[in-house]
Amino acid sequence: MALLQIAEPGESAAPHEHKLAVGIDLGTTNSLVATVRSGLTVVLNDELGRPLLPSVVRYGKAGEVEVGYEAQRQQSVDARNTIVSVKRFMGRGKADIANLEAIPYDFVEAPGMVRLRTDAGEKSPVEVSAEILKALRARAEASLGGDLVGAVITVPAYFDDAQRQATKDAAKLAGLNVLRLLNEPTAAAIAYGLDNGSEGVYAVYDLGGGTFDISILHLSKGIFEVLATGGDSALGGDDFDHRIYCWILQESKLSPLSSGDARLLLTRAREAKEYLTFHGEAPISARLSTGEMVDLTLTTQIFNDITQTLTMKTLQAVKKALRDAGMTSSDIKGVVMVGGATRMPQIQRAVGEFFKREPLNNLDPDKVVAIGAAMQANLLAGNRAAGDDWLLLDVIPLSLGLETMGGLVEKVIPRNSTIPAARAQEFTTFKDGQTAMAVHVVQGERELVSDCRSLARFELRGIPPMVAGAARIRVTFQVDADGLLSVAAREQTTGVEASITVKPSYGLSDDEVASMLKDSMEHAKDDAFRRALKEAQVEAERLIEAVRAALVSDGELLSPEEKARVEAAITKLHSTALGENRRHITLAMDDLEAETKDFAARRMDKSIRRAFAGKTVDEIEQTTKENQA
Amino acid sequence: MAVTLSERAAKHVANYITKRGKGVGLRLGVRTSGCSGMAYKLEFADEIGADDVTFESHGVTILIDPKSLPYLEGTELDYAREGLNEGFKFNNPNVKDQCGCGESFNV
Repeated sequence: MALLQIAEPGESAAPHEHKLAVGIDLGTTNSLVATVRSGLTVVLNDELGRPLLPSVVRYGKAGEVEVGYEAQRQQSVDARNTIVSVKRFMGRGKADIANLEAIPYDFVEAPGMVRLRTDAGEKSPVEVSAEILKALRARAEASLGGDLVGAVITVPAYFDDAQRQATKDAAKLAGLNVLRLLNEPTAAAIAYGLDNGSEGVYAVYDLGGGTFDISILHLSKGIFEVLATGGDSALGGDDFDHRIYCWILQESKLSPLSSGDARLLLTRAREAKEYLTFHGEAPISARLSTGEMVDLTLTTQIFNDITQTLTMKTLQAVKKALRDAGMTSSDIKGVVMVGGATRMPQIQRAVGEFFKREPLNNLDPDKVVAIGAAMQANLLAGNRAAGDDWLLLDVIPLSLGLETMGGLVEKVIPRNSTIPAARAQEFTTFKDGQTAMAVHVVQGERELVSDCRSLARFELRGIPPMVAGAARIRVTFQVDADGLLSVAAREQTTGVEASITVKPSYGLSDDEVASMLKDSMEHAKDDAFRRALKEAQVEAERLIEAVRAALVSDGELLSPEEKARVEAAITKLHSTALGENRRHITLAMDDLEAETKDFAARRMDKSIRRAFAGKTVDEIEQTTKENQA
Repeated sequence: MAVTLSERAAKHVANYITKRGKGVGLRLGVRTSGCSGMAYKLEFADEIGADDVTFESHGVTILIDPKSLPYLEGTELDYAREGLNEGFKFNNPNVKDQCGCGESFNV
């Protein structure tokens, strides 16, 4: 028996059509997956109730793959095959990676992106990330009891196109449909509901295990814009642990340690750090393999002192990001805290003092990004409640469409559609034997091509010659999350295809978009009239074309007088169609159709006779029976 | 016959409604669709319709439209956990057979 979730009023899914969508925080150190269940956003735990999945993948000799805690345990014994922090290598060449010597992997230079040589062969960072995503996908499908329709995956705001593409490729490899990539700070802001009506500039302070990111976001009309990003890719909670570790060595006057003892003390250091979040002092005791005992008490005061420089370092990066954004700390309307390390009281206090306001911290900082991503995924999968005021995020500013006969615009993706978006529409040929079709991609709200903006043109060739209207040409418009439009045309029977990629927003300022919109409203009525007229003209031309073709092939079926009457009707329709009176055009079309009614009947008889010619009645019956069988 | 919630189900529903911030209760219903005849409807309710039949169970208001009621009489809605998956489950005495997944059923 399937387990059901409560839907919003009127939104119950049909059986087997639950739109299961998740948000994935694909982190450098840890990853999480979250979903919206009965209206509540929850992080999905593994079988042991653990929300985090360490972003660690280990490749064994026999090709076996371990992910998460299992892999993490092997990190010190099998460092070369245990890939940690693979996110740092996504979409990067060898030259882009800092401290390459200090990383225990066997890097192989490859075009575009480094690869890592493991016992299971060469692996690209995309493949390694895909293993993490696969583990999260399996957890999600087990938790939700069905296949996922898609996922929103978060990426750092500073990720460039190559890194974003690599992340998308990893998702594809893991069998996930990416609804969109979402910037991590934007996800955190969504989790706090900042998208609901609050406009202004926000800072997102993200101190994770090994990285620090600060983002300055501007929110207006439901769209987040990243004004500036900054941070330090080698600064995180682990550095705070390390400071405690050094303090322990110093206080206990310990000589160089075995690697096992060092790991033990680092673990004790981390425990002490976490204990201090809720207590004034933390006891640290350990028995080393040498028999030496460590027995110390770390007070909040000492902890603050030894980590003061780290805290200050994050604030330096914050100042720089603010400067880049052209803002001061007083312009900031709110500060969102992300990352487990922001639980440390000295961080909360330092950030609070810097911005002179209480940071937003009532959500679990480890989960906030995944939660925001899940909310976005739920929306994009189409599970929103009616009347819900949701974040628009990126929308298509002007409709996208193509030119049809008569210079008319057929809108394929309407404006304000959220991206990514994909729509397909079928078109056909206008003339008998037409073997090519010009596809003209336009942007704008007006009905006539001449009033819209031309984006691109391409031709679909190789359409097999058919009568007008018989070819089926499927034109697909696709706008990806980065605003890239690709248009593809495909003739369905032969599969011939042509396509083009354009960046629709390129070169259009907000003012231009606004004036194009205004024009379309002012001319709405006029446009509607002209559209109707154009449609009638096109229809008239099509009819004339068809009748002329019939006269050429079967003209002998008409008597000279009949033929003359048809010719006259054609001439009349032709001249009326040049005018601007739609009613007259329609009337002239009716006339022509009336004149050719008998003609059409005779042509039908003729083609039936031709089909049956030379066959006996028996044969005809036989074929009919065969057809029925 | 009444339609009820198990105590566990009621606790979850009450929690969801509180977190959602609005809602007068839980709407149960059936509609004709699915691979085996009927499908359940399980939704938050923001208002009580004029025709709705209501039940109280462990402090939660259950709303059912009169057309659905005959198919649901005697049903208990439970909350269950199966491995990692968890959610609501209809224990409906009227059901004669259902599709493999139990998302749709016949009476």
